[in-house]
Amino acid sequence: MSVFTIKNLEKSFGDHEVLKDINMTIDEGEVVVIIGPSGSGKSTFLRCLNLLETPTKGEIYYKETLINSKTDARRLRQDVGMVFQRFNLFPMFTVLKNVMYAPMEIKNISKKKAEEIARDLLVKVGLEDFADDYPATLSGGQQQRVAIARALAMQPSMLLFDEPTSALDPELVNDVLVVMKNLAKAGMTMAVVTHEMGFARDVADRVIFMDKGYIIEEGKPADIFSHPKNERTQIFLQRVLAS
Amino acid sequence: MDVVLNIAAKYGDIFIMGTKITIITSAVATVFGLLLGILLALFRMNLFNFKPLYWLTIIYVEIIRGTPLLVQIALAFFGLPLLGIHFPSVEFMGVEFDRMFAGIFALTINMSAYACEIIRSGIQSIDPGQMEAAKSLGFSTWRAMRKIVLPQALKNLLPVLGNEFIVMVKASSQVSVIGLADLMFSATTVQGISFQPFPPLVIVAVIYLIITVIISSLIRLMENNLSKSNGR
Repeated sequence: MSVFTIKNLEKSFGDHEVLKDINMTIDEGEVVVIIGPSGSGKSTFLRCLNLLETPTKGEIYYKETLINSKTDARRLRQDVGMVFQRFNLFPMFTVLKNVMYAPMEIKNISKKKAEEIARDLLVKVGLEDFADDYPATLSGGQQQRVAIARALAMQPSMLLFDEPTSALDPELVNDVLVVMKNLAKAGMTMAVVTHEMGFARDVADRVIFMDKGYIIEEGKPADIFSHPKNERTQIFLQRVLAS
Repeated sequence: MDVVLNIAAKYGDIFIMGTKITIITSAVATVFGLLLGILLALFRMNLFNFKPLYWLTIIYVEIIRGTPLLVQIALAFFGLPLLGIHFPSVEFMGVEFDRMFAGIFALTINMSAYACEIIRSGIQSIDPGQMEAAKSLGFSTWRAMRKIVLPQALKNLLPVLGNEFIVMVKASSQVSVIGLADLMFSATTVQGISFQPFPPLVIVAVIYLIITVIISSLIRLMENNLSKSNGR
């Protein structure tokens, strides 16, 4: 079953067209990695999926239902978690409360049950010892893993990752990637915007290359990385893989 | 010095009464002014996607900030009855309720206009990522504002809002012009009955100072209590 079906999606900021005629689907259990040069529209595309950005044109079907109202969007977001480049943890809450809060507020889950779920998730991301700490005292890598646990606490069917490792010190990147790999292995549907080509090659079921607001090329990671068909994909990969 | 103490002892009841009225008036006006200010700030940011409210708020803030508080107090007292809004002139804690209401009303309105701009800047200083993170978890804009963004903004604004409270305590002295028996009014009263122009003023100045020092200490205490999430 397709989780997302996107038809003729366009997004402009004023006169600036960021996305032009995007068509794609994401299937259940699939890990889609979106790569491309900065300014190619890949983050905007991801943010259109959970309607943090309102598309200028086009249709978004989530689980075969057209999303066309604020209520639809809100319901979709409860089922599609997002992890941000800058973590965006709630600074006034402890790590534990960050993870427990949305299920209690939005799903009316009891405090006891929410805490149980939250503690399990903190174990899963290796941060059970930090439950009572505040986000500001954690490293970037730890904060990002809390952010992943926070998104998972809503028990989403899918996760969106918007450059989850771009704001991290190099030695912290791997801890976050390991958590993401485990999620992928466990069958989570994921859409990941990243510059981590290693992750794309190892974990993705499908790699999408975007440039200047268009999807230029998509395919299995082996095909995209070994013999990219489009010239722009070739140039981009040469540049990032050389470094 | 002796004269001051004598006057303070002799007319103590009047000063205590005035102090009560000043505290009640300014505290109530600050609380309601803040609440109204929060609402106005949300209108001003067009959170509810309703442009007329946005424009009305801008006009409201300009008018209130652009006219003297003294005029606003007089307008509330003499103007509200002309508009057909009457309040029962019952005794409440030894003051007439209609004067009290007019005073609190004017101070609240005045406070709300300043609070609107302060709170708006506080909200806008919070990383937009906070709103996005809350939304991405399924919060509505309004709920995310109420539960996630606003608490952080108010925490950051605590020193400024404490300052506004202090300004309010002092500004509330102007309600004495409509005969509300606040602290300033008690000074005038005692001046009249004791034929001593100077000592009552010293006494109320000291009382104002004590009130404002207590407020700033409380605010500092609250700040320290709330700082545990600041990290490092």
